[in-house]
Amino acid sequence: MTAPAPLVVGPLTRTDLVRYQGASGDFNPIHHDEPFARAAGLPAPLSLGMLQAGFLATWATDWLGAAAVRRFRVRFAAPVFPGDTVSCAGRVLKEYTVDGESMVDVELVCHKHDGEVAVRGWATFIVEVPS
Amino acid sequence: MVDPAALGATGEPFVMDLEAGKVREFARATGSANPAYLDEPAPTIPATFLTTAFFWQHGDADPWPAVRMDQARGLHAEQEFVFHGPPPRAGQRLTGRSRIAAITEKPGRRGGTLTFAVMVTEFRDEAGRLVAEATLTGVETSRPPVEES
Repeated sequence: MTAPAPLVVGPLTRTDLVRYQGASGDFNPIHHDEPFARAAGLPAPLSLGMLQAGFLATWATDWLGAAAVRRFRVRFAAPVFPGDTVSCAGRVLKEYTVDGESMVDVELVCHKHDGEVAVRGWATFIVEVPS
Repeated sequence: MVDPAALGATGEPFVMDLEAGKVREFARATGSANPAYLDEPAPTIPATFLTTAFFWQHGDADPWPAVRMDQARGLHAEQEFVFHGPPPRAGQRLTGRSRIAAITEKPGRRGGTLTFAVMVTEFRDEAGRLVAEATLTGVETSRPPVEES
């Protein structure tokens, strides 16, 4: 089971953040309001951890199937800002069978272009049989 | 400051209609071109889509404010979604219910104390079957955050 090429997104723009905020319903101003973000000590509006998590989910479901996901977990590790490019990829941890159903556990990671890990993830998919 | 008394706080049930347009909007915003999300008449929801419960869970349905996490020191630490079968599809009406499932403390790596709060939301379909669970973990640092998102 060979993983596809990483999903590379960026450089992220403020528009990317705002589009995700509208899609998700998380309107925390720290992700779009420049004066608010600077008052909080940040250099710019902070990207949403759940946006990076969404990119990881996009990469994983393109590979293993949108309807096949059974578990998706992320841990946020470092901030991402507009101008950053992120790269999402992963690898198989374990293939196994539960009640006759083939399953696969994968490990996911979203890196920033400077190499820092922004998000780590773990997911479980059923293995879809090509029809 | 996180209020330990929030442990066990439970929200009122809330309705969440899964809408095709919102699914497609969310998929595009997360960099997807997958036809399972963008072209299917009743698209599967993306793996992190249940985060959009933000649009449906208000007032008494949301027990998170009872945690009283300090906004300046609070961070989203972890998020998990579990699906008990294929993820739900647009056109389904889910009923969600959230509870504060854990509040724990541990020493931080750079001193101070980290206080974790966990909210679990169960999503049931029209027949009352448990179809998905979302687990949100927030962390409050004893100092303002400098590193994490």
